[in-house]
Amino acid sequence: MNEAEKEKERDSGSLNKKLNRRSLIAAVAATSAFALVKSVSGQIIPAADSVIDDPTKKPGPAPAVLGTRSSFEKPVKKPSDTSSRTPLQDLYGIITPSDLHFERHHGGVPVIDPHKYELLIHGMVDKPMIFSLKDLKRFPAVSRIAFIECSGNFRTGKETMTPQEICGLTSQSEWTGVLLSTLFREVGVKPKADWFLAEGSDAAVMTRSIPVSKGWNDAMIAYAQNGEAIRPEQGYPARLFLPGWEGNTNVKWIRRIELSDQPFMTREETSRYTEEIKDGKIRQFSFDMDARSIITYPAYPVQLERGWMEIRGIAWSGRGKIETVEISTDGGKKWKAAILQEPVLDKAHTYFRYLWKWDGNETEILSRAIDDTGYTQPALKQLIEARGADMGGYHLNPTTAWIIKTDGRVLFRQEKWRDK
Amino acid sequence: MTVDLFKSLAERYKCLACILFVVSFTMTCTDNKLKQAEYSFSQTDTTDWPESFGFGRTAAIDEIDSIDIDIMPDGTGLPPGSGNVFEGKIIYMARCSACHGATGREGPFNPLVGPMANTSKAKTIGNYWPYSTTIFDYIRRAMPQTAPGSLNNNEVYSLTAYLLYANRIIDSTVEISADNLAKIEMPAKKLFVNDDRHGGAEIR
Repeated sequence: MNEAEKEKERDSGSLNKKLNRRSLIAAVAATSAFALVKSVSGQIIPAADSVIDDPTKKPGPAPAVLGTRSSFEKPVKKPSDTSSRTPLQDLYGIITPSDLHFERHHGGVPVIDPHKYELLIHGMVDKPMIFSLKDLKRFPAVSRIAFIECSGNFRTGKETMTPQEICGLTSQSEWTGVLLSTLFREVGVKPKADWFLAEGSDAAVMTRSIPVSKGWNDAMIAYAQNGEAIRPEQGYPARLFLPGWEGNTNVKWIRRIELSDQPFMTREETSRYTEEIKDGKIRQFSFDMDARSIITYPAYPVQLERGWMEIRGIAWSGRGKIETVEISTDGGKKWKAAILQEPVLDKAHTYFRYLWKWDGNETEILSRAIDDTGYTQPALKQLIEARGADMGGYHLNPTTAWIIKTDGRVLFRQEKWRDK
Repeated sequence: MTVDLFKSLAERYKCLACILFVVSFTMTCTDNKLKQAEYSFSQTDTTDWPESFGFGRTAAIDEIDSIDIDIMPDGTGLPPGSGNVFEGKIIYMARCSACHGATGREGPFNPLVGPMANTSKAKTIGNYWPYSTTIFDYIRRAMPQTAPGSLNNNEVYSLTAYLLYANRIIDSTVEISADNLAKIEMPAKKLFVNDDRHGGAEIR
């Protein structure tokens, strides 16, 4: 190292010492008009109520180890005892920020040490094997943008409901991992195997039986979400990801896969995640999520002004791509195609836009999705006709109507169901 | 698995960027290689894949046995031991009734008891659960909610016996074990049908 280099190192070293994060923040705090607050994630950011008149006249905080949301923006999930919902009305485009991805779990969120994590694949295989997380990451990887939706994702009951409250149990990420077929190949799945059990390592040791064809087709053991390790709530360090299939089958914190010639008839696929249909029958193994859409703007609780606006929302299908989204601005009498925002991906939330001028009269606006199998998203009435008045609460994907009042309020048109 | 489901899965499949999927529509699939060829893919790569990547290790029998806890509907996986209704009721009152109610009907959480004729619309073991083995499997893996995995096999057998008795599926004298649990026919089994939705124009 020559003198100049040494000097440079000394300089940068002393600069680092002088301007470490704490002292820099203190310096900025002392010299600026900002009040600094701790963000939700524990970072120090300027408080929303400490805005100075002219931000060009005072330097702001220095670069940080983590980025943060503006303190003016407060999108939050809506938790219950068993789930937490994505604020669809606060989002743009098709990617759900990872910390806003919906949650549904059956025994809380486990803490799993990635160094101790193991995935066992056994049963009807030539060679039962155990893979560490490091092993999984060594295999050829794939990335795929697709949604996950809980199959119990329809709520109604009052007119002051947000998209989050009606169907906030759907979210979309870019998932990265190893295709399950790559692991099937490695263990040598036997010809007789038609099903596999997927088991999580949460306190519910949650299990579902999956047809082996899905494993060969496009199932993934995902270890990354939106460019970083999967979030704990989403299955850290690894989960099963089954594009287009009901959320519950995407077993999180996956620890074991057992190949078999028959389904295991676990609690979650018999007494749960099954739905009553006509004649007292109960439908089982309803894996695919049918096409659905919802207008996320304008939607409750927006206060609308008359004039031009863009009606926006998301549409998705577990069976393929969204072909068309149709919009009605007259309560369902006439329908016109919306613009689909690229990218339009297979089994993925697709953003739609529809330019419209509201004249100030009361009306109802609706969207309906059509997928590339030719399926058109039904009204709730059509689902009741098909499944009977006693139909179960899973796999309900009705069109959602928003009533626009003359005073600009936007209200959910409540759906009549089970005399509620 | 029906051929129809296979076919519709294959038909539904759309190509992913960067991955080339090879799908054919052969109707018979008795051979694994054939099955693999029909529904799997070849990931586009810079070179052919080896027969095996060699990552991971062979699982030892005891490693498998230590976490292979599932019970199949034919009874495969049921452990030694047994239980009875009398013991089951005592364990139920101590460990389960706070959530499921004194008689299994009251809640506050999931009611468990309600025979077929039950009109409360509650989904119970008696009117909704299609396989008796699921009761043992689920209690052993996930219950009680606040202390999962804390019951021994005999206790789980006894709870299973009590819940079957309370739902009027067995009488109070039946001892439950691996010998007879899977043979118990559940009243709701006949109601279950496979998914009949296939996409396309029809709403089902």
